[in-house]
Formats: sequence, C-alpha cells, structure tokens
Amino acid sequence: MGDHTKKSKDSAAMTKPAGLTRRTLLKGTAAATGLVAGSAAMGGFPTIWAQEDITINHSGMSYSTLIQIAEKATEDLPFTVEMSVTDHAGMLNRLTTQSDSIDVADIELWMRVITVPRGVYQAIDPAKIKHWDKTTSIYREGQFAGNQVSRQGVSPYEVTYFTDGDAKEIADGESDYATMIPGVFNADTLGIQPQAIGRPINNWHELFNDEFNGRAAGMDIPPIMIMDAAMCIESTGEYKYADKGNMTKDEISMTVDRLIDLKKKGHWRALWGTFDQSVQLMVSGEVVIESMWSPAVTAVRAQGVPCVYQPLEEGYRGWGNGLSLMRHLEGKRLGAAYDYLNWYYSGWMGAFIAKQGYYLGVAETAKNYMKPYEWDYWYEGKAAEGDINDPYGTNMEKAGHVRDGGSFVDRFSKIACWNTLMDNHQFLLKKWAELQTA
Amino acid sequence: MRIFQVGPFSLALLLFFLVPLGVLLVVSFFESDMIFGMRATFSLESYVELFTTWNTLWLYLSTLKFAAIVWAITLLVGFTIAYFLVFHVRSLLIAIGLFLLCTVPFWTSNIIRMISWIPLLGKQGLINQAVIGLGISDEPVAWLLFSDFAVVVSYVHLFTLFMIVPIFNSMARIDKTLIEAARDAGAGRLRTVWEVIVPLSRSGIALGSIFVIVLVMGDFFVVKVMSGGQRASVVSNIFEDINVLLYPPAAASSVFLLIVVVLIVMGVLRVVDIRKQLAG
Repeated sequence: MGDHTKKSKDSAAMTKPAGLTRRTLLKGTAAATGLVAGSAAMGGFPTIWAQEDITINHSGMSYSTLIQIAEKATEDLPFTVEMSVTDHAGMLNRLTTQSDSIDVADIELWMRVITVPRGVYQAIDPAKIKHWDKTTSIYREGQFAGNQVSRQGVSPYEVTYFTDGDAKEIADGESDYATMIPGVFNADTLGIQPQAIGRPINNWHELFNDEFNGRAAGMDIPPIMIMDAAMCIESTGEYKYADKGNMTKDEISMTVDRLIDLKKKGHWRALWGTFDQSVQLMVSGEVVIESMWSPAVTAVRAQGVPCVYQPLEEGYRGWGNGLSLMRHLEGKRLGAAYDYLNWYYSGWMGAFIAKQGYYLGVAETAKNYMKPYEWDYWYEGKAAEGDINDPYGTNMEKAGHVRDGGSFVDRFSKIACWNTLMDNHQFLLKKWAELQTA
Repeated sequence: MRIFQVGPFSLALLLFFLVPLGVLLVVSFFESDMIFGMRATFSLESYVELFTTWNTLWLYLSTLKFAAIVWAITLLVGFTIAYFLVFHVRSLLIAIGLFLLCTVPFWTSNIIRMISWIPLLGKQGLINQAVIGLGISDEPVAWLLFSDFAVVVSYVHLFTLFMIVPIFNSMARIDKTLIEAARDAGAGRLRTVWEVIVPLSRSGIALGSIFVIVLVMGDFFVVKVMSGGQRASVVSNIFEDINVLLYPPAAASSVFLLIVVVLIVMGVLRVVDIRKQLAG
C-alpha cells in the first residue's frame, strides 16, 4: 500500500559493498571539492570503532530507501551502511519473521500499528539523538504551527512513543522511549490538468464530479483510497465521519458503495496501483483529475505535460515514515546505528530528500546543503530564483516557478487526515473486492 | 538401483513442494489477528469466511470467465499457427525458423510486453488516432484500454506460445502418410483436420490448455494493470491479505484455489490421457 515508488532509480535489492580504501578516498575527494560545511558537521561523530567491520542494514520502501543515501553515509561514517528495498508486504514479512536481518527499519506510520505489538523494535532514547529537539513537532508533540495536528488516521504523534522500555506497546502521549525518529513525510492531494479542465478546482468532491466521467482516476489501494473517497464525500456535504481514519463498518460500506456507483457509471478511467501508473495516466491524457502523490505530479511535468498538485479547501491527506531500531541491536552495533540516525539528521539527507519534494524529520540542518533559493523554494514556498534541479542534477522546474501548495507551513497546517490502517481493515478488504467484481 | 533414479527428484519435490504446501495447509487453519499475528490454533474461521462471502463466487466466476475466453482464443490461434508450421511449411528448416520467430516476443519481459499495449490501445493511442484520423468516430474508443477487452488481449499475447509449443510438438510427430491416406479415402481438408489431426494432437492440446488455464487462474498482475485496477482475480485478493499480514485467510484462499486448479487439470486429463498419448 502507499507505494510512493520513485521512478526506478533503484533496483529491487541494493547492497553497497564498501572498502575502507574507497571510503577514505571519497572522504578525501569530498573535502577537496569543498564540502567543508559537511565535514564540519561530521566532526562530532565518535570514531572509536573506526577499525571495526560493522555493517548497518537500512530496509524500507523504494521512495525513501535510496542507494545514494547509503553511499553517502558509508563515506561519512566509519562503518558501512547498506540498503535493502522491498515492497510493503515484503517489508512487513521481514519485520515479523526475520527481524534480525534488519538493523534500521524505515517504515510507514500505519505499519507500526501491526508490528509494534510483535516486539520487534527497541526503544530509541531521544537523549541520544542530537537534533531530537529540532525534529518536527508534527511527530514529537502532535502540534504544528500552534495548532493540534489532525488525529484522523494513523497520525505521527500517535505512534511516536512506546509506553516503556519494553517497546511492545504504543503510548498515548509522550515518553522517553521513542518508537522511531521521524523520517520522510509528505501530503497528498488531487493532481489535475488545468488546461484540460479550464476552471479552478478547489474541493475534493470534484473527483466525483460527473463532468469528469471517464476522465478521472482513483487508487486501487484500499486503505488510502477509502480516505480520499471520504474526503470527497465530506466535501459534498453528504456525510460527516466521526473519524475518517477509523470508520465503522457501515461507513466503510457506504463509502465503497459510492465508489461502486461511480464505477458503474463509467466514472473511473482507472484505479491505479503504482506511482508509475499514476504518472502514465496523466501523461497519456487518459485522465484529467486523479488522486496523486506530490512527486508524481513533478514527474508528469518533467515530461512536458502541464499538471498541478492542487491544494484543496478541505486539506491534505498526510503520510509519513520513521526510522526504528530493531530489537536485536546491542553494543557496538547499537552505537553505530545511533550514529547513523544522527548522521541521517545532519543535513545531507534532509537536502537530498527535500530536492525530491519530500520533507524530513529534521529540516533545519538541510540548509547547509542547499542553496538559499532552493531552501526558499522547497520550504518557504517562494518563487524560485534559479532553476530547480533534483539531487541527480535533472532540471525539475524553471526559475520563477512557485511550489504547488506553497510553503511547508502552508501545507502541513492543512492536514485533514493521515494514511491509515483501520480496525475494520479486513472488512474493508472484503468490501473492496465488491468494488472490483462490480 | 531405482532409488538413485527417483531419489533426487523425490527429495526436491518433498522439500520445495510438499513441505511448503503442508505449511500452507497448516497456516490456513490458524486464527488471524492483524495486530498480534496469527495464533496457532485449529480454526475454520478463514474457510468459513471464504465460503460465506458472495464475492468469492464472483471472483471465481470472473477469473474463470477470463480463463475460458483466453483458452478458446489461444487454442484457435495456437492450433492454427502450429498447423501452418507443420503441414504447410514444406522445409523443416524454415518451419523451425518460423517457430523460433514465435518466441521472439519472449525475449523481453512479460511486464514490458503487457505494458506495450497501453500506448497502442489508449485514448490517444495508435488505434484511436487511426479511428479518429479515418473519420470512423469523433470520440476516441474508450473500451480498448482499461477493460476486459484489454485484459484478454494481453493474456492472448502473453500465453499463446504456451499453446503453440505443445501442439506443434504433437503435430510434428504425426505420420504424414496418414494425411495422404485420409485424402486418398476422399476426406476434404477440414475433415482431415477434424478427424485425423485433432485427435492425434490431443496430448498437445491438453498440455497447452493446462498451461494457459493455470497461468490465467494464477495471475494477478495483468488483470490489475490492463483493467485499470477495476477487475480483481482470486490471486489479487490473496495479495491484499498478505499486504497486512493476514496470512491465514490468504492461505485458506490459496488452498481452495489450488483445489479448483487441480480439479480443472484432472478434468482435462480425464478427457485426454496424456501419459498414454505420450507413451504411444
């Protein structure tokens, strides 16, 4: 679910073997090319196990588990970091049946609901995370820009803390035992083709509008699409859910029936299952409006097709990841894992992920690794003073462009709900099968 | 010593087939709990759920419908191609060359071959450009893509070779003098095909049918992508369960699918005794 698959720059399984020679060499090069800021930031890392042969395995999904991160971390740190990419089902399977094969699990918020009770993680001590106080308050305090963050769906704050050091129960509120350090997160909304539509789109219910019969797409990912459908239904004013993120069976039936009615009318051109499919639907002109993930909109534009990630009055559906430490880690390996988490927040990673349109748990340190206008574009919502390139150097937007949805604060002040895993998930799957046989 | 002949294969069969199958069967009787994982108890919960849900029936009907349509088309196309290669191409060398040509699409992956239909069948695809360009219609034809039609087209494209190969193999072993005898006895071409060639290609037809039906019954990807996520198959439903660690219902569903597929295969084998055919 929610496979925010970045266009495959990565292969199914990526492991980076690294020798000390190459590492030292790269370190030298990095210094030579003038990444002085970086080296300075690196200064605080202990090097007592410099000669140890430690490998930290970071496992996660394709959009955040990128080989470049492991390469850079291995270059900066005195041990090796390797990446394993898997899909959601594979990740859950590994977490529960071969948790020893993972050191750092980079997983989505809702996955914690079903993995924490199985006792596969250990508590993270916030005191050992140098920038803990700079991590986003969305996760840490459940507050953002002076407001309570929506608790509909699996909100970050709800799964950030364990009750105690036993790390088998999620706490209601803050504690000294963190389940994770906040990782990559973002907000999703509708993607539209403004020229084909020719009028402003401001509400979620437009996705259900007959005007787009046969030219609209949703997702074939039940727990996420049900939320978008709920946003649409609330937007029409027909029904108000007590908690969109945890519906009653009746609410699930009503919501999916609505999708079935639309399907029977031929409303859905397609219900997509992967990131690439959502991009292709727009690029090939099959649809003009669809549920979309932010980087997918960028990918459509990169192919020369005008497409807007449309902010809507009712707000966004948020999603997020976090990095957890697996229970089996101890001693030097545990120390190395903490060093990796601290490295993750030291700035390079923040900049790398921000330039792809996502946000990271700690934003501030990324400033050292971005040009001021890049920061202003990605975080402040200002018009780009220069061309905006992705971290691989490919041009994404020309100078003058303003990011859809505006600044980070604008976007995240309007999160209406979060990707979820409902108590009635099994019932949802049953109902979803009806949608597909209808 | 016979044991040395069958030993290694039996061992492989045991380790890689029977043991996993046993695990599957055992897990299908466990109790599932999304939050805490499955409980190793004996429970019929998953089966009860499976057989009391109307959707199970609709899913099987939908999958069987695809299997039947695709079977009929691949059989017709596969038989025709094999017939042409064996009885119309006089040079064996050219026949083998043409046969190899049939395998060319298989040099790329299934996914590429399937996805390559999308730019052809889409609203702005080649076919619709032609339709609009020739003035046949003003509106693009929408049912070409993300429809049952698209699913069938992909299946036929992907699986016809599995029909061609066994039928080609059976036909190649038919004694050509039988055809001459049929002709001498006054049979026309169609009658010869129906009364001589079809019966003698039975084992190939049976094998090909098994391949195609099993492949369609076990698919979840083609049906998802080509129907634009608006059709499910039995397997795609199993996949949704696995996505949230609901292994017992997934296992129960798999066990039932296995039984259905085995019954179909047994049905085919009842009509055609492949062992006897191959031995003969």
